[in-house]
Amino acid sequence: METIARSEPSTGADAAAPKDATLIYRQSRWTRLTHWLWAISLFFMLLSGLQIFNARPQLYIGKQSGFEFNNTVFAIGAEDTDAGPRGYTEIFGHRFDTTGVLGWSGPAGNETARGFPSWATIPSYYDLGTARVVHFFFAWILTTTLIVWLVASLVNGHLRRDLAPRLDDLKRLPRDIVDHAKLKFHHTREYNTLQKMAYGGVLFVLLPLMIITGLAMSPSMNSVLPWLNELLGGRQTARTIHFIVMVLLVGFFIIHMLMILAAGPINELRSIITGWYRTDPPAKHDEPAERSA
Amino acid sequence: MAKFEISPKLQMNRRKFLTAASLGLSGITLSGCDAFDSGLGIGGGLRSFLENANGLTYRAQQLLAGRDALAPEFTEADIRQPQRPNGVTAPDDDTYKGLLANNFADWRLEVTGLVEKPLSLTREQLQNMPSRTQITRHDCVEGWSCIAKWTGTPLSLVLDQAMVKPQARYVMFHCLDTIDRSLSGDIKYYGTIDLIDARHPQTILAYGLNGKPLPVENGAPLRVRVERQLGYKMPKYLYKIELVDSFAAIGGGRGGYWEDNGYDWYGGI
Repeated sequence: METIARSEPSTGADAAAPKDATLIYRQSRWTRLTHWLWAISLFFMLLSGLQIFNARPQLYIGKQSGFEFNNTVFAIGAEDTDAGPRGYTEIFGHRFDTTGVLGWSGPAGNETARGFPSWATIPSYYDLGTARVVHFFFAWILTTTLIVWLVASLVNGHLRRDLAPRLDDLKRLPRDIVDHAKLKFHHTREYNTLQKMAYGGVLFVLLPLMIITGLAMSPSMNSVLPWLNELLGGRQTARTIHFIVMVLLVGFFIIHMLMILAAGPINELRSIITGWYRTDPPAKHDEPAERSA
Repeated sequence: MAKFEISPKLQMNRRKFLTAASLGLSGITLSGCDAFDSGLGIGGGLRSFLENANGLTYRAQQLLAGRDALAPEFTEADIRQPQRPNGVTAPDDDTYKGLLANNFADWRLEVTGLVEKPLSLTREQLQNMPSRTQITRHDCVEGWSCIAKWTGTPLSLVLDQAMVKPQARYVMFHCLDTIDRSLSGDIKYYGTIDLIDARHPQTILAYGLNGKPLPVENGAPLRVRVERQLGYKMPKYLYKIELVDSFAAIGGGRGGYWEDNGYDWYGGI
């Protein structure tokens, strides 16, 4: 049902199939260009963002930070113990020892108290000002890229053709989940349901939410959109959401990498660099139910 | 490594040295992000390029917010704690301590620079001018926020009284507190804002906090409130306001103490 874009019927065995029959042009130049601009921007935004977080490694719920009352939901810190300084991470009051990574880290003998470790921040040393310069530069790149991608994808049909949810997606969802769990991937022109959910979730939920919560932290933008923080539950809640979305984006990145490794990294990388993607020969995925037995 | 060649022109500050040192060591102890440290120092080419984004943000937010869009104001119920002090909280300067000992009776606010009529105002004179009280949220660049009630004289009234000359572009705030020491002497806190923010209805010279006189830790006798920007743009321990057309020749030339140390000049984000 999902076989399209195959120019000629295959003549026989897989090995004998003409190469061109399964090689399709899958990703437009707009998709590829914006993909890599996001990859670069998100990399720098993550590492500079962790540096910014280190300036105040606590997250709160509400309009303000509680100093005389407690509205802290997340904290990274260091404390002196009988066994020497330890790093800890506290989530909703539950404390975990994270020495070496969160709270207390650094080269042996030269550990320091810092939220996220040196290897996870830009710059590697503590420098809030520079991290902000990097963060806001790439915030502009990221946001511009998202707008360019949205316009291009509306015009070139990428949105309608590849990302728009269909009733069929719902029907094939259970099978998609089973297939993914078995690391059994079908290489077709179109995205499977889980892919649509992941990409759509990042592009239409996570990235916009990241931009909105970022803007909500700007005192100047608060004068332009005073209702925004009220909607989000206050500036400190916005900051907390900003952080949670970061964690979700990192989660997406990890799964994205694992899926690419599992589905064939060369083919997947080629399609996002050159646009060309090798689909399964017809016999391999026309009757997936039979073959998966 | 070119970085370590001694050149008479090359004056390495501590940060550049540490960066170079960490680059040198990175062959042994390569930790991912050292790679991006070089070029990010103040004045570096890459840094200067990236800093253009701040100018873009400044213009974009100016366009969106205009002159008079107000920062959100809150209610008495939102004042749940004392205003958290930050930066210098007890100036160690003799001048300041002398003024404090006399409850600031000898303190004056000088208004100088590009004005027709330089001023020297006492606390009483400032407090006798029309005042504004606002409950606003203080956002620190570090990420925290604190809501408090501020009372003060609108800066625009003081500027009107001093009659700002047309060539003035920035208001520079000079402070009594030493924030840092360098080889060339003590560095006092200072900062600049543009005339749009200076004349913004919520920009006040605050002498009252949460219904009481401004405490020392929060900037007594006078501090600035610039409600559409971050805390580092609101100097404490104010004693002089200078109207200037450029800040390039003052301090590090970047428009403020923290700006000289790498913060963006525009602190609206």
